[in-house]
Amino acid sequence: MSLKSWKELATGGVIVEAGNAATYKTGSWRAFKPLWKEERCIHCLFCWIYCPEPAVKVEGGKMKGFDYDYCKGCGICAKECPEKANAIEMVPEF
Amino acid sequence: MATIKELAQRGDKLSPGHRACAGCVPIIAFHQVLRSAQGHVVCGCATGCMEVVTTIFPYTAWKVPFIHNAFENVAATISGVEAAYRALKRKGRVGKDIRFIAFGGDGGTYDIGLQALSGVLERGHSMLYVCYDNEAYMNTGIQRSSATPFAADTKTAPAGKVHKGKKQFPKNLTEIVIAHNVPYAAQASVSHWKDLNRKVERALAVEGPTFINVLAPCPPGWRFPQELGIEMARLAVETCFWPLYEYDHGARILNYRPKEKLPLSEWTKHQGRFRHLHRAENAHLLAAAQEEVDRRWELLVRMCEQSAGQK
Amino acid sequence: MAQIVALTGNEAVAEAMRQINPDVVAAYPITPQTELMHKFAEFHADGLVDTELVLVESEHSAMSASVGAAAAGARAMTATSANGLALMWEIVYIAASLRLPIVMAVVNRALSGNINIHCDHSDTMGCRDSGWIQLFSENAQEAYDNAIMAVKIAEDRRVLLPVMVTLDGFIISHTVERLEILQDQQVKDFVGEYRPERYLLDVDHPFTVGPLDLQDYYFEHKRQEIEAEENALPVIEEVSRAYSTLCGRGYDLIEEYRMEDADRAVVAMGSTCGTAKVVVDQLREQGEAVGLLKVRCYRPFPYDRIVAALAKVKAAAVLDRAVSFGAKGGSLYGDVRSALFSNNGHYPVKVIDYIYGLGGRDLEEEHLYKAFADLKRIVQTGRVEFEVGYLGLRE
Repeated sequence: MSLKSWKELATGGVIVEAGNAATYKTGSWRAFKPLWKEERCIHCLFCWIYCPEPAVKVEGGKMKGFDYDYCKGCGICAKECPEKANAIEMVPEF
Repeated sequence: MATIKELAQRGDKLSPGHRACAGCVPIIAFHQVLRSAQGHVVCGCATGCMEVVTTIFPYTAWKVPFIHNAFENVAATISGVEAAYRALKRKGRVGKDIRFIAFGGDGGTYDIGLQALSGVLERGHSMLYVCYDNEAYMNTGIQRSSATPFAADTKTAPAGKVHKGKKQFPKNLTEIVIAHNVPYAAQASVSHWKDLNRKVERALAVEGPTFINVLAPCPPGWRFPQELGIEMARLAVETCFWPLYEYDHGARILNYRPKEKLPLSEWTKHQGRFRHLHRAENAHLLAAAQEEVDRRWELLVRMCEQSAGQK
Repeated sequence: MAQIVALTGNEAVAEAMRQINPDVVAAYPITPQTELMHKFAEFHADGLVDTELVLVESEHSAMSASVGAAAAGARAMTATSANGLALMWEIVYIAASLRLPIVMAVVNRALSGNINIHCDHSDTMGCRDSGWIQLFSENAQEAYDNAIMAVKIAEDRRVLLPVMVTLDGFIISHTVERLEILQDQQVKDFVGEYRPERYLLDVDHPFTVGPLDLQDYYFEHKRQEIEAEENALPVIEEVSRAYSTLCGRGYDLIEEYRMEDADRAVVAMGSTCGTAKVVVDQLREQGEAVGLLKVRCYRPFPYDRIVAALAKVKAAAVLDRAVSFGAKGGSLYGDVRSALFSNNGHYPVKVIDYIYGLGGRDLEEEHLYKAFADLKRIVQTGRVEFEVGYLGLRE
């Protein structure tokens, strides 16, 4: 994003594009990456409710994988995935 | 009370792309609170980590109207927004029903913002105040607050050769709020999302000032591995360090009683800020911490039983 | 059309507030502002305004709630004095930075310590650099008029800055004066309705107020505030002209009193201007060519107008009712001297400063006689014996 001059900015230091942080990709922060094993997934969505970003894609009430544009690789999803499912594995990014 | 699938179908009010640390639990608390809030909301946040990471100009993660003013005044600021709402609604210039949520960390709530919070609770503004309690001033680099646990190692009360971390036990903010005779106040934990969801729904359904104190562990501040945030919140509940309870129109209700109350050390042993407590020469400090947790838990249980007895 | 009433300065501002009928007023008591909010609370209790009156627990929260209310889309007003303003100070800056057109009456009182409840200008001078517009009032009439004009100035899209309307504690706030008030409908029509471009309660158009601004944008936002201050000068002139037409009293950024052929002048703000006018009249009767330059609009400071007014005289004395510790003289003196060097011009008028009236010490006519006599000596000898003097101080 090119930096704007003072004449181009909205009055009062406000940000008028609500939710535009989504254009800022935090996936590059990642050292470890969650891998989703779809066949093991029980779609409890604990990974989604505990994801700080959120970087867990959910459609129609079902887990659909990770959004690596934002996932910072914290591993909470893998830790909170129920033991009986064990559907998320953290692997080194590089 | 919404199911997890229902919650997932609601659009998020906070976008990704925020700059919270990997494994940040306070931001999870924000997501959980905001997903539980249905309809129109206007939010505010005190200066602190969550305000910083969600609004670094020219980016904002907030998809709903949001205001940050200063550190100690989110309660007063949102009370002004709420007063404007009442005035403009009466004059027909605002037609929609809107609810108001103020967020503050423990620094902005237990300490520097306590006066403004007390003012709001006493004046009776219709708004929910959520304290995300990560038990220290994390945004400025991990200094002790009045929410910091006894003996915890922080940058301003470090565990040294003579002084072994914070000398005081934390203030009981939830009870201080209840003492204002508010209609609804609760303690919650991100680990228990269903309980938190229900409490937010309840708080937003009640007219008048409501309050939820959410324990929100901080990986760099508490010094535990970044994947353990939810587990740290859970263990705080299982050890009865952080009881889940609510105060609803005069009655205290215990929402969760661990099947087996774990010793405090099951929680502290994972955290670098308590490492010194697990050395033999500091066993008395851990014992003192345990004794205080037990005393507070038993007192709360008695108060909740008394409420139940009155029904 | 106008109604003649007898009111104290505090009551006069409360009356203006009743007629403005703001959406939100945040109130916290402090002497000598207290009676202003007492009166407004009576109007509220009697249903004469439909304002949300937020009775906060501190001035800090008064300004914080005003910021929230204004950002939410409400016309917000408050009032304070001295230590109350000092407690607000952090949020006073934020209100201006967020470009929220809050109007606040400041009943001028000395800052502690030692604690003193009487008039000087140290409280508002502490907010001189905050980005607020500051309008000084000579008497209760002007306090009333300024309060109404302030709303219109603050909310002008070219400005969008908060405005402080000041009135000298006790001297104006507690003295009953004869004044003229407008009809309610005239005030209502003059101020119009507050319609902000963006406001928090417009939930269909969400936006973020007060984000973190780092090295890459903070400077640009400050430059916008500078521009708003510059825009404010012609807007204040415009609003003052419109209001003058309405009320029949002449308002401007400054007032030149008997300055047309003066060779000496005093420069003053607030109630002292009333005393100075009396002394100027008396000296004029004795054939002395003296005048008064009254500064009504202190921020933004009308440099060009000050220069134009003072370039005509040979010597001038600035009267400062506040100290700028460590500086030479008071803040008004610094601004006047700066004006005389503006645009790289140098106007050869000799200027001195008097600090006076701290903590409510009376400024008496004899003090001003002394000031004009000192100026006469400067004009005659061409020598300035002292640059900063004191009026009414025991040596």
